[in-house]
Amino acid sequence: MLHAEIDKTFKSGARVTATLDLSAGPSVTVLFGPSGAGKTTLLRCIAGLEELTAGRIVFKDQIWADAAQRRHLPTQKRAIGYLFQDYALFPHLKVRDNIGFGIHELSLSDRSERIMRTATSLQIGDLLDRWPSELSGGQQQRAALARVLVREPELLLLDEPLSALDGVARDHVRGELAQLLRRLQMPAIVVTHDWVDALSLGNRLHVMSRGIVLQEGTPQEVFARPQHAEVAAAVGMENLVKGHVKERGDGVVRLQVGRAELYAPDPQRDHAEFFVCIRGENVMLETGTRGQSSARNHLSGKVVEIASAGSLLKVTVDVGFEIAALVTRQAVADMRLEHGAEVAAVFKASAVHLIPASD
Amino acid sequence: MNWEAILTTLKLASATATVLVFIGLPISYWVAFSKWRWKFLVEAVVALPLVLPPTVLGFYVLVAMGPRSPFGQWYESLTGHGLPFTLEGLVIASTLYSLPFAVQPVAAAFRSVDRRMIEASWTLGVSSWGTFFRVIAPQAKAGLIAGFVLSFAHTVGEFGVVLMVGGNIPGVTRTISIHVYDEVQSLNYASAGMTSFALLVFSFLILSLVYSLNPRRGRII
Repeated sequence: MLHAEIDKTFKSGARVTATLDLSAGPSVTVLFGPSGAGKTTLLRCIAGLEELTAGRIVFKDQIWADAAQRRHLPTQKRAIGYLFQDYALFPHLKVRDNIGFGIHELSLSDRSERIMRTATSLQIGDLLDRWPSELSGGQQQRAALARVLVREPELLLLDEPLSALDGVARDHVRGELAQLLRRLQMPAIVVTHDWVDALSLGNRLHVMSRGIVLQEGTPQEVFARPQHAEVAAAVGMENLVKGHVKERGDGVVRLQVGRAELYAPDPQRDHAEFFVCIRGENVMLETGTRGQSSARNHLSGKVVEIASAGSLLKVTVDVGFEIAALVTRQAVADMRLEHGAEVAAVFKASAVHLIPASD
Repeated sequence: MNWEAILTTLKLASATATVLVFIGLPISYWVAFSKWRWKFLVEAVVALPLVLPPTVLGFYVLVAMGPRSPFGQWYESLTGHGLPFTLEGLVIASTLYSLPFAVQPVAAAFRSVDRRMIEASWTLGVSSWGTFFRVIAPQAKAGLIAGFVLSFAHTVGEFGVVLMVGGNIPGVTRTISIHVYDEVQSLNYASAGMTSFALLVFSFLILSLVYSLNPRRGRII
């Protein structure tokens, strides 16, 4: 559906190259990486806001850009919906006119009807007479999304859709956006530098750094098996596995992960599958008899690998799935940990972070 | 009060400000958004009337529209009369003289429009023209009004260029500022004083209006 070979060199010498292929139907491709990696440049090239230095972009049967033939279809003619990082709502127009901005060619009654329908579906039907400056961050995002969706685009491009939000609002809007993207039945490309956003929203991940794509795959593949040190650093998560909900109650959820079971705080989301994230420094290792502890998770297994991780050691234990703990060299020596040693991985339920799996 | 001079001045200033809307807008747009590397040369030319003595500018304009110049000859063949010492000639000269007063506030206002707003408009399928009228102009409204008002007011107050190009023909090219000069020359201080005071009040009101449009003072002028 979309085939993009992008090669963009700026006057400063900075260069961004990537190949993207999106198949028809609903899919969310996440461009993930630190700021300055070239993610937004890719999005802007696809939108036609930047001209390619080399390469081509084809959407369905339409050539959007072909540097060799000096073809560049203007942004206005590309069937895209582009959500800007800070939403770029027009400050001189009320929410209603912002949403209706791109459907000016319709009759007044059709326009009003479409604005109302889209606004209602995004739960901002009662905000139409407000100015953008009177909206909260989450409401601004919905207004900007409505302005994009009302035009019924065929490809959605979202640039850091959650970066203008923080804390509770961000968690809330992230969940809503993930649901919306699943509901929309159209391909989307999302740029983010936040791995929680990447996991929550995407079912295809391209990790970028310094203008190139380092790795691509499903979020789980990329996070679990980073092929580059840079990817590993970018994802920054030692333990990431998929888990299946077995039981929930009392604010706690019991999950099956591999052959093991573990407890986590109930994220209050109606999902059966979650990405289970545990930071290595939150996993303790114990040998010998089990003592009393407040930690809910106590998983026994055997050490399968001990590797250096900066000043610490990363000890990987097979407890039914592979879990990595970051511990000091002194601790490893004191406990006489070695390959094959019997050990228990101990961590509190609150150290487990669950992210709804988007598949 | 010399109402004839006031009427001539108002006619000249309105015509000049109106012509500048049509000439100044595209120049301002180009100055604000062009990425041409030699753009500064055009900006310098536009700003020249700010530093040139009005007599120098007036001299060049007079030569350029005189009967021996190709432009002057072309105009005369078209209308049957020359440009110097006519109101049309004065409008051309005043347009050049007030150009920076129209271009600079408008270009500054265009530049201050957030680039992402313009791009957002494009991604919503709106053409460059549509984007200009629906995004750029409304957000640069204060600068547009300032540009119009300033070029009007600056034309009201001009002296050297009018004298060089228009001469001093009562009812045709004699403006308020020249009238004041004439009155002083003939030691008629009372009349000069009254007209000067009226011009002072007018100028103050105009500038107050411009500054009231612009909360962040000093950005537009």
